[in-house]
Amino acid sequence: MIEIIDLTKKYGKFTALDSLNLTIEKGTVFGFVGQNGAGKSTTFSILATLLSPTSGTAYINGHNISKEPKTVRSQIGYMPDFFGVYDQLKAVEYLDFYGASYGISQSERSKLIPQLLELVNLTQKQDSYVDVLSRGMKQRLCLARSLIHDPEVLILDEPASGLDPRARVEMREILKELKNMGKTILISSHILPELAEMCDSIGIIDQGRLVAEGSVNEIQQRLRGEKLIIAKLYRELDRAVNFFEDQPLVSQLAKRDDGESLQFMFKGSVEEQVQMLKNALLHDIPIVSFSEIETNLEDVFMEITKGVELS
Amino acid sequence: MRNLLLNPVLNKEFKLRFRSFKGFLGLAFYLLALSILIIGFIYLDTRNSPMGLFRPDQSRSMFMMLSFIQMGLILFITPGLTAGVISGEREKQTLNILLTTNQSSTSIILGKLISSVSFLLLMIVASMPIYSIVFLFGGISPGQVVTILGYYIFTIFAFGSIGIFFSTLIRRTIIAMISTYGVTLFLTAGTAFLYAISMSVNQMGMATNNPVPYFFAMLNPMMNLLGFLEPDAFRELSSQSGVGIDFPLWAAYLISYTIIFLVMLMISIRKLRPNMKVRSKE
Ligand SMILES: Nc1ncnc2c1ncn2[C@@H]1O[C@H](COP(=O)(O)OP(=O)(O)O)[C@@H](O)[C@H]1O
Ligand SMILES: [Mg+2]
Repeated sequence: MIEIIDLTKKYGKFTALDSLNLTIEKGTVFGFVGQNGAGKSTTFSILATLLSPTSGTAYINGHNISKEPKTVRSQIGYMPDFFGVYDQLKAVEYLDFYGASYGISQSERSKLIPQLLELVNLTQKQDSYVDVLSRGMKQRLCLARSLIHDPEVLILDEPASGLDPRARVEMREILKELKNMGKTILISSHILPELAEMCDSIGIIDQGRLVAEGSVNEIQQRLRGEKLIIAKLYRELDRAVNFFEDQPLVSQLAKRDDGESLQFMFKGSVEEQVQMLKNALLHDIPIVSFSEIETNLEDVFMEITKGVELS
Repeated sequence: MRNLLLNPVLNKEFKLRFRSFKGFLGLAFYLLALSILIIGFIYLDTRNSPMGLFRPDQSRSMFMMLSFIQMGLILFITPGLTAGVISGEREKQTLNILLTTNQSSTSIILGKLISSVSFLLLMIVASMPIYSIVFLFGGISPGQVVTILGYYIFTIFAFGSIGIFFSTLIRRTIIAMISTYGVTLFLTAGTAFLYAISMSVNQMGMATNNPVPYFFAMLNPMMNLLGFLEPDAFRELSSQSGVGIDFPLWAAYLISYTIIFLVMLMISIRKLRPNMKVRSKE
């Protein structure tokens, strides 16, 4: 289980991660989607105890990343977005080295490593030097590496990035297997379709903020035809509230902090929107301005879903 | 100790370093060069001596020459071997993964230090039998050779820790290299120069019992080597001759570099991984 509480990371003045709150239940797969630079790797690095947060914290299986980093390390399998390999090692030796680094005994390692290679379909490459493996094989080897101490939580930063479609499918199959093994998986991607199918729920992150969270369907639903509208009024705010409350297509009505405008979600066509505005004027609601706010989420959603074939 | 032998980093690096044949070729070449140097020295010397003999005092000066050559080699090579070990992993993007394993920072730093200088240690130890050629002609004792060997190993680890320190703190290997070589240069040439200056200030009588030259001499590995080989070389540092410190120079060297070694390693171990604690309010 992963709990992220108010996690914030600043690089100097720049806020890369802005009070992120997230809970990922044991045994679920959570997809973390956002464009490049959204803050995914920053979040994952903090969870992997490689980067200290500016404020906030997180718990892995109840262990605080700041107070018990050593315990946290033993409970997570982490795969960075960019990584190198010790190229003069053979695949088996590569896994053996990390196994030893986790304090796994020699005899256990020699039992474990063939199983892991089998899991990631690299049995035939066990005696190949790591640097001659293809990108996809290296990614799979790195995934096997992250599993060597049998962690309950996997933190995988864009494990399928830079792979050709076939290698991506292969990676996805392995991840499904891991999901069936009951691992708690936090996985990121800058493209949604890659994750949509295998995740129990997803979070959309943009400019360091979590802008939406839920199942893929829920998020799509929320976006369909809904827009945020701000109406600025000249006095008589309460009468306006009464009016908009009665409108069937309006939801989440709220007064804004400035005390002279209202905001609400509107779900309807353009014609219906025109009609509602007309009605408001007929009811003598003193509207100064009436504006549609593009929700950030929509942009983000468009960006992370565009240009990729849904498989 | 048991822990150290089971150190995964050390194990892996040994495997890599001693797997390649090239390494052993380099070692063989070094030993060959050293042997040729000695044989050439003896040859020239016996030819020039009236009776065609190689005398103990010449044997002694050859021993000194060899010792200085090896010391120079150590001071020149150690920074290069160590200053890239952590930053290099960072640049190759292998450090992150290593840091997420259970291995303690101490184990990683020690494993890296020992493995990075292991080949140099091997070179130095393997060259010891060649010194036995010098024995044959007398002038030095086996005890002196062992002392010199210990002194080398100590110096390798002391200067190696400086390399590890910069490699851990500085992101880029090239800058870590430059810094390590800079500090090494200061501790060898710089301290010798400052020693000479402060000594001449002393001798001009501007300051009596000024301990400053002693501190520079104590930090200088070359001067300490000379002190080992020629115990009378730094007599002027004692109380009779102005500087006024009777504490043996070699002991001061061991103490000061032990402190440097420990401090360098402690900071490296502390700084290898980020401090995950949230800094309260900036
Ligand atoms: N070490 C750093 N120093 C300054 N800015 C950084 C650093 N690392 C990341 N950033 C910035 O933080 C933001 C988030 O980066 P990152 O977490 O890598 O995004 P993602 O993984 O979602 O692509 C980016 O704008 C990036 O430029
Ligand atoms: Mg990233």
